[in-house]
Amino acid sequence: MAAPVLRRGCRGRLWALACVDGGSCHGRGAPTGSPSNRIRGQSSVAQQPLHTAQKPRKGEHNWAAVVGLEIHAQISSNSKLFSGSQVRFSAPPNSLVSFFDASLPGTLPVLNRRCVEAAVMTGLALNCHINKKSLFDRKHYFYADLPAGYQITQQRLPIAVNGSLTYGVSAGKERGQVIPKTVRVKQIQLEQDSGKSLHDDLRSQTLIDLNRAGVGLLEVVLEPDLSCGEEAATAVRELQLILQTLGTSQANMAEGQLRVDANISVHHPGEPLGVRTEVKNLNSIRFLAKAIDYEIQRQINELENGGEILNETRSFHEKLGCTVSMRDKEAKQDYRFMPEPNLPPLLLYDATSLPIGTDPRQVIDIDHIRETLPELPSVTRERLVQQYGMLPEHSFTLLNEVGLLEFFQNVIKETRAEPKKVTSWVLNIFLGYLKQENLAVSESPVTPSALAELLDLLDSRTISSAAAKQVCPYSLQFLTVPLSQEMFSVTPQCHH
Amino acid sequence: MWARALWLGLRTPLGGPRGFTSKTDPQGSGRITAEMIEHLERLALVDFGSREAVARLEKAIAFADRLRAVDTDGVEPMESVLEDRCLYLRSDNVVEGNCADELLQNSHRVVEEYFVAPPGNIPLPKLDEQEPFPHS
Repeated sequence: MAAPVLRRGCRGRLWALACVDGGSCHGRGAPTGSPSNRIRGQSSVAQQPLHTAQKPRKGEHNWAAVVGLEIHAQISSNSKLFSGSQVRFSAPPNSLVSFFDASLPGTLPVLNRRCVEAAVMTGLALNCHINKKSLFDRKHYFYADLPAGYQITQQRLPIAVNGSLTYGVSAGKERGQVIPKTVRVKQIQLEQDSGKSLHDDLRSQTLIDLNRAGVGLLEVVLEPDLSCGEEAATAVRELQLILQTLGTSQANMAEGQLRVDANISVHHPGEPLGVRTEVKNLNSIRFLAKAIDYEIQRQINELENGGEILNETRSFHEKLGCTVSMRDKEAKQDYRFMPEPNLPPLLLYDATSLPIGTDPRQVIDIDHIRETLPELPSVTRERLVQQYGMLPEHSFTLLNEVGLLEFFQNVIKETRAEPKKVTSWVLNIFLGYLKQENLAVSESPVTPSALAELLDLLDSRTISSAAAKQVCPYSLQFLTVPLSQEMFSVTPQCHH
Repeated sequence: MWARALWLGLRTPLGGPRGFTSKTDPQGSGRITAEMIEHLERLALVDFGSREAVARLEKAIAFADRLRAVDTDGVEPMESVLEDRCLYLRSDNVVEGNCADELLQNSHRVVEEYFVAPPGNIPLPKLDEQEPFPHS
């Protein structure tokens, strides 16, 4: 199902669309999940005075919401980040686990080159500054699916910082117009995934499968420049497309390859930021938007009724459509970050600084990676608009559906018809047919050649537009058998 | 357990807040509060079972505090003893795994090739719920 990239811009009776002006970062340091920023001068929850949203004045209805996202993308690689066991979605429990993944004493981490390349590619695609030197740290916490008792991550000096992610929001006023919006990328870091816990409440036990433990993750931290569920969903969708285009992650949310945590707060424009909550357990783009909008509304309602927002972690309940507090008894978390003593700094090079005489397999050249980047979605869309004269909105739809762009380009190749005609048929009639029959492009019985043939007949006026449209949407079902002019010698009932 | 506590006492977190070390007397006879002990026990899951252990911890902190006597102005802090070594990059090949049977032998309880763990994190009892020290 195509995730809705373009919808009308956010409208809310109770809250304005205002984004916080660039530069005012949220204080960080949520109890769980996000990396502590002690080194950067922002202290953890325990020490930082929390910005409390002031009690709303009577009649004050102008609220602004601030949303920051932390996105974890599983790196598409053969083996794990620090060990040589396989990365695969489904396998017998604990069969893809090495001694290091199980945290047996005497094992050491060995960094996977492919994961570093994936991080550099993603950083470059998001316009980040790539740190030529980055460091690994240990983040300690106790949980059964983290056998070592710590996760190796990059808290002090991540591999990429200060980038931007541009996404498009449909303007609404002028049809087809798309307004580009940007969210700043704070950093991208490499880190390990944890294993999987299966809770057996009946027998009061948890079953642990370490197949996922140690898989490489890219954590992409976005600055809180987003202001509603719509924007967040669109930004995540765009990031998903970029990751898939680069091949660095398959970014399939349903399979857990892309996980998003949202930090949400509300405040009156001009006043300090409000207390934020973290919403976890978001495993589809649709629920991401729903959860964020629900939480924003919940916070507004709470504050307008004189209540206060607790700095806590909440989980999204899909069936109920609401967020629920995940209050843990051990709320205060101190991750005791320390440098990973078994890994030297990660050094990257560029064309000007390549070391001579070293094994090329031990050297990563940022410039070389930049040169070999594939065409990014935004560039492809721009090209489609320029080349085929289509509306920007159409270019979004073409890229949004898996395989649709290739289908479109194949039709273009084989038909004489005008590109605008092809665009219209592919996006309206063909895509509509697929949706109706609940098919993916790859499952379509209609081939590009068949559609091209139909369009040729239309183009040569062998059949009239009315005739073609008259049997639409069923016309496409006819395309699964060889076309002949006789099929269309139906006397048109209407002469347009 | 106290030996482990001693070892942990020597490892002050780098770069983070100085925590309890800043509260101790530079002369070396700092006092560790009960809250501090409780906090440490939760973080590191150690058991400061006796007064002796706490006293040993205080001595360890005093020992480490002597590092402050060194003037480090203008000196770039060291990251690790490996900081000038080369970080080896491994090729992305599958060379390990498929040893579930061996790994599961380490587990006290196993259910169908899964490790069995207690449900979630069991919180430690609060300080006032604990047994008082045997020798007060």
